[in-house]
Order: sequence, then structure tokens, then C-alpha cells
Amino acid sequence: MSTTINPVTQRKPFKPGRSRRTRIWKAFARAPLTAWFGVVVVACYAVVALFAPMIAPYGEAQVFPEAFAPWSSEFMLGTDQLGRDVLTRLIYGARNTLGIAVITTALSFFFGVSLGLVAALFKGWVDQVLSRSIDIVLSIPGLIFSLMLLAIFGSNIWSLILIIAVLDSTNFYRLARTSGLSVASMEFIEAARLRGERPSWIVFREILPNILPPLVAEAGLRFCFVFLTISALSFLGVGIQPPTADWGSMVRENATLITYGDITPLLPAAAIGLLTVAVNFVVDWFLHNISGFKDEH
Amino acid sequence: MSTDTRGFEARQKGGNLLEIRDLRIDGFSNDTWHKIVKGVDLVVNRGEVVGLIGESGAGKSSLGLAAMGYAKPGCKITGGQVLFDGEDLVGCSEKRLRELRGNRIAYVAQSAAAAFNPAKRLITQTVEAAVCKGLKTRDEAEADAIELYRKLQLPNPEQIGYRYPHQVSGGQLQRIMTAMAMICKPDLIIFDEPTTALDVTTQVEVLASVRILVEHYHTAALYITHDLAVVAQMADRIKVLRHGNTVEEAPTSEMIADPKEDYTKSLWAVRNLYKDPSERDSVLLRVQNLSASYGQHKVLDDINVDLPRGRTICVVGESGSGKSTLARSIAGLLPPTHGSVLYEGKALPGDLQQRGRALLKKIQLVHQIPDTALNPRHTVGEILSRAVQVFKNLRGAALVAETVQLLERIELGETFYDRLPSELSGGQKQRICIARALAADPELIICDEVTSALDQVVQEGILKLLTDLQRQLGVTYMFITHDINTVQAIADEVIVMKSGRIIDQGLKTDVLAPPYHPYTELLLSSVPKMETGWLTGILEARSAAPSAVVSS
Repeated sequence: MSTTINPVTQRKPFKPGRSRRTRIWKAFARAPLTAWFGVVVVACYAVVALFAPMIAPYGEAQVFPEAFAPWSSEFMLGTDQLGRDVLTRLIYGARNTLGIAVITTALSFFFGVSLGLVAALFKGWVDQVLSRSIDIVLSIPGLIFSLMLLAIFGSNIWSLILIIAVLDSTNFYRLARTSGLSVASMEFIEAARLRGERPSWIVFREILPNILPPLVAEAGLRFCFVFLTISALSFLGVGIQPPTADWGSMVRENATLITYGDITPLLPAAAIGLLTVAVNFVVDWFLHNISGFKDEH
Repeated sequence: MSTDTRGFEARQKGGNLLEIRDLRIDGFSNDTWHKIVKGVDLVVNRGEVVGLIGESGAGKSSLGLAAMGYAKPGCKITGGQVLFDGEDLVGCSEKRLRELRGNRIAYVAQSAAAAFNPAKRLITQTVEAAVCKGLKTRDEAEADAIELYRKLQLPNPEQIGYRYPHQVSGGQLQRIMTAMAMICKPDLIIFDEPTTALDVTTQVEVLASVRILVEHYHTAALYITHDLAVVAQMADRIKVLRHGNTVEEAPTSEMIADPKEDYTKSLWAVRNLYKDPSERDSVLLRVQNLSASYGQHKVLDDINVDLPRGRTICVVGESGSGKSTLARSIAGLLPPTHGSVLYEGKALPGDLQQRGRALLKKIQLVHQIPDTALNPRHTVGEILSRAVQVFKNLRGAALVAETVQLLERIELGETFYDRLPSELSGGQKQRICIARALAADPELIICDEVTSALDQVVQEGILKLLTDLQRQLGVTYMFITHDINTVQAIADEVIVMKSGRIIDQGLKTDVLAPPYHPYTELLLSSVPKMETGWLTGILEARSAAPSAVVSS
């Protein structure tokens, strides 16, 4: 390189323009209405979850004498079967349900994708050991398995999160491994190996960005399934323990009100539904951006 | 099905079959609409073969698809008419278009491997159009398909249709796709670079069989290619396109003998690059008794080669001859089963993982297909600066400056720094791959068919770039190719490989001059020449002396 004159030194140094941040801003500027709706809703949920104690009018487990109170200025959405304020429980429920679902999905994404990509990159016996272990986990019915594990490790929030995360990561593993295998055989991976890159670089910088679309779609879906799993476990009495508020058990606890034409028990269900729709709007928009399948007009 | 227009008489009578008037096509990219085709007129008479030629991005493929009333996703026809047998296909109903496509107009795509459904038998796919459109019963169609296979000179025509796409070679697949297009006896076939992905010896076979078929049925054809010598064999008339405009149009013999426009002349000139070979001074890398295999299958058998320092050694041979495997063994991607590779007299570890960075830095590999060799999610800057960072240990502003300097070395500027590979043309992508190899300041660059996916004008640019870089930096090239023109343009020494063995090697002037090794002669004679009668001549010569044809 020393044989030629460096033409750059005579000019003002070049600054790369398209950083990741500017790309993200550009994407936001062009986002469709549905994506904005999704982003705003998710942001609202996040604010409510973060600042629950400040927003909620009463304490999470504060009990009032009147059970099943109607909507009034005192209890905006009435009270539940034990006389707790429903609005307060909804707000705290956002914190618990959302928090658990986010942490669980993130953990299972991380476990599943890392292992899946390691299997895809190294192939051979590493792949065999990992894939067969995953097969064993998959061969046991999910709910029964989590019940069993919860019985062994005790039903507290952290064991709940870890158990659901580990069981759910099988889906991410299989997806990451399959899509990773096709990317791992591409020549730019070979180029990276010829450069002597470490496996961690190849997995996270070369392969992962290319298989992100299906993984993100799966994460959006799994995020919603985690609600259902938690609700199911709560129903069986091993999920989130009272008096902690969570939307799934709130539906069940107040279900009798539906018979009287009261829609209060459906509110936590609606909260879950709205969040699901919003999350998937955001995921769709993300997929649209990353896949490069722009509209034809 | 037996309408008058489809009879032989009508076809031989001539007259316009396809008439494109002032066609305009726009394409959408980088958030704006660009004009791809800017008002082109084209006439194809019945039974006539028209060649469309031009560099990539000239709009030839868009024009070819427009002849079927089709625009690719992201493109739209904005003006003009496409008259097929008097009927305007622009603005024609989808239903009517479906009736015409596959039936009276057929299409043969560039990459046969990507165009076949891997899960269905070949004959099922060949007859699909005819059966679906209710033109023939399945039995009739299959009988016709076998007849077409025979005419296309496919081996074992009765049986080959019952194989799956992965069980036949690339050249055979391309011929079967031609049979698929011919099954309804269409009036017009559009060939979109049907032989670009094939090696020379296979290309000749495909060209010959396609021509026999087109002549036999008097089918009109639009033949799209960037290879002048190929189109000279196939077309009655040639139209040269550039940037979506017509450059010139003339009957083939006239066009070859006396091109009018400068641009056309420049297309002709590409084939005449030549480098004077120089004798070797010293040996950089020595391959000794090297054998390698994929599983049980032995691909390289007792290879002995010396790579001379600061020179270019070309490895030629047809697909499957082990050229790329040799490159992979030297690069450390495929550890050899026997033998060794000596770099400056010292043995190289066979496995990549046992080579340190200092060793990895010295040998760089440039892949054949730039689309898969560049990570589509990284910008050009990220791709190049990572290589600089790894091999030169630079950070921050120095890293950016060095990367920009690399971009300038390959004749692209800093404006490319923030682009993604999808925003580059094929030639630019290949330049980025070369820059990534240069980032290491290597002593040896292995180029694995780096120009074979590119059109001739771009090829010329890349070859000139490589030659200039060698002059400046004294780098050694091992250049794998199946194209003899490329060898003439760049090589000092040549190795001829066949079935995993070296059958001839030495200075270019010795290997590529009589007396030839018989296989070298076959390779040389398979390169299309810029004469209209070349294909006919070569086929006659080979059938007269069948021993010269080496079967695959």
C-alpha cells in the first residue's frame, strides 16, 4: 500500500453516513399507520407497566368492603370478587404479565437462537447432541412438563420464567438452526472463516442479521403464547400466585359476572388482545423493512 | 390448436409475429422510479431468430419479459404497444395473457436449476403447460416430450424425464427447460441468457440442440445474451441495446462484419485483451502430490503445481474437473487426504483453523458469485472495514480512511461506503469482493471464476483492474476459469484439469499452441468464435471425427 500516494489525506476525511441510527430513523419516518398504532399502544403499555404504583389509584392488594361493586367515581371499573379495585389490578397486571412475558420471550429467544446457530455453524456432533436433547424436551407434552418442573422447583416467579423460557426456546432453536444452516453454507461465511473470525462473530454478526425476519415473527407470536401459558398455569394454581395481579387469572376470577351482562371481566382479556394486535403490527412493519419486500407502487 | 397461424406454411410465409412499438418500462428502486426501457421498437417475423445483446442493465431482460406482456415485480410498462399476432398485450386481460403464455409464447430462463421444482419429476414439469391448458392428454404430451428430448440430443430420452432436477447436469437441465418451452409448439420463444451459467463445452451442446429445434419447428425466437459470439451462432438479426435505448440493428452477418456504432465496436473489442506471458522468477507456493475428497468421492488425484510469484496462473477445465476443489484445498477450506502445500518452502497446515492470522493474511480467496460472497445485511463500509480491522488492526478514523482508500483502489469512490450489496451491480459487487481480499495485503489471491457471472464489458473492467493491481502490488493470482478468452487476457501460465487430474501445464504460449493435448483442443474449439457459421462448422467437424468429443 505504500507504493501509491494516499489521495484521502489531501481531502477532508470521509465520514460514514449511514449508521444504524440513521437507518432506524428513516424507517420510522416512512412507517405506515398500523405500525404507528402498534408503537404507540406498546409504548402506552410500557409506561403503564413501569409507573404502575404512581398511576394506580389504590394498592395492588388493597381490599374494600364491597365485592363486585359497579362502576362508579370511586371505583372506575368496579371491584372484583374480593373487593379489590379492578382498574388498579389491571394496571399492576400490566406490570406483572408484561414483565414476565417480555423477560420469558427474551430469554427463550436468547437460549434458542444461540444454541440453534451454534448447531448450524459447527454441524457434526455438536448439532447431534443439541438437536437430540431438544427432541427429548419436545417429546414430553409442554404443559405437563412445566407442571412437573414447577412442582419440583417451587412456584415462584423466577422459576416460572425460567421454565417457560427453556421449554419455549425449543421453537427458537429449531427455527434458528434450520434457517441458520442455509446461511452458514453461504460464501460470506466462508470468507469470514478465511479471515479467522471467532465463532461468536460469525454467529451474531454474519448469520443472525440474515435470519432475523423469521425469528422476529416467531418471537412476536411466542410473546402472545406466553400469556396463554401463564394464564393456563395460573388457572391450575401453579402460575402467578395471589395476591399478585395478572390478566389471565383476573379473567377467570371474575368470570361469573359475565352471566349478569357485566363486561368488566372481559377488560383484562381485551388488554391482552389489544397488546397482541399491537405487537404484531410492529413485528409486521419490522419484517417489511428488513426483508426488503417493498410495495410495488 | 390447429389454427392457421400455427401451421408451417404460415410460419414460413413470414410476416410480423411480434411487433413492439415505442415500449417504455419503469422500475422502482432507491425510492424512485427509473426508466429501464426508453422507447424501443422491435419486430420479430415468423420463424425468425432475433438476438438482443447488451451489457447488464441495458434492459434486455425487461424487454424480453414485456414481449409476453409481463413486467417484473417493481417494474411497470408505462407506454407503447406489444403487438403479438396483431393483439396488444399491454393492457390485455390476465385471463387472455394466461391463454397465450406457455401456449403460444414460451420463456426459457437463465438459471435452469432455479426454475425447476426440485420435488417433481422432469417430465411432469415438461408437460405441465400442455396438459393444464387442455391442449393434449397426458400420454400424448409425454410422447411429445420424449420426442423433444430426442431432438435435443439428451442421453437416454425415454428415461431421462423420470429423473428429478438434481439428478441431471446443468446443461441437460437447460435443454429440458427448452423442451418444456417447446411442448405446446409455441410461435415465439424467449431465451433469456440460456447458456450464460454453463461452461464452454456444455454451452456448445445446448446451443446446437436449441438451434436444431428452432429450425425444425420454424419457431420464432428472441435470444437475449451478452455474449456476441453466441448470438452470432443463433440469430438472423441482432439488435444492440444500451441504457434502455436501441444502439443499432442489422442482420447478423452485416453486424459482425461491419458494426456501425462505437459502442458495438467496443463490445467486439473485449475479446481481444491479451497479456504477454512472462517466465517465472521464483515459486511462491508448491502443491505436492495433493489428493482430496468429499466423503468417499475422490475429487483431486495426485496434483503437483507450482505457483510462480508475481505471476498469474490460470486453471482451466469444465465443471466438475476439480478446479474449485484445488483452490479450496490451498485456502485450507478442504484439508487434503494426501500430499502437502508448501508456502515459500514451509508446509501449510491443511486445516484453516491451524493457520494463524499471519498465514491467513497471505492467501485470500475471491468467490465466484459475489451475491453470496457479500453479507446482504452489511454495508460496503462494514464489509471492507472489518477485513481491514482484522488484518491491519486499525481503529476509528484511520480505519475509515484505509477503507475509503481501498474503495478508490478498485475504482469505486467513498460514495459506495454506505451502500448495501443489493444496491450494487454485479461488477461492482465483484470489485468489493476483490477489495476485501486486498485489505489483507495478500501475496496470493485465488480467484474462483470471478468473471464468469459477469457480462463482457464488466468482465473486461475486472480483468484490467486485476492486471493493474498485479503490476502495482506484485500479487500472485491463481485464476480459475472455464473461459479461454479470460485466459488469453490474464494468464502467464496455464493448468488444464480434467476429472481431478492435471493433464497439461506450462507457459500459456506453450499450452495454448499446437501441438495440443486432445482435451485442450476440445476446450479451445468449444469457444464460440465471432463468425456466423462457426457452430455449424464445429458440429460438422466433430461428427466427422467423433473421437475428439469427450463425453461428460
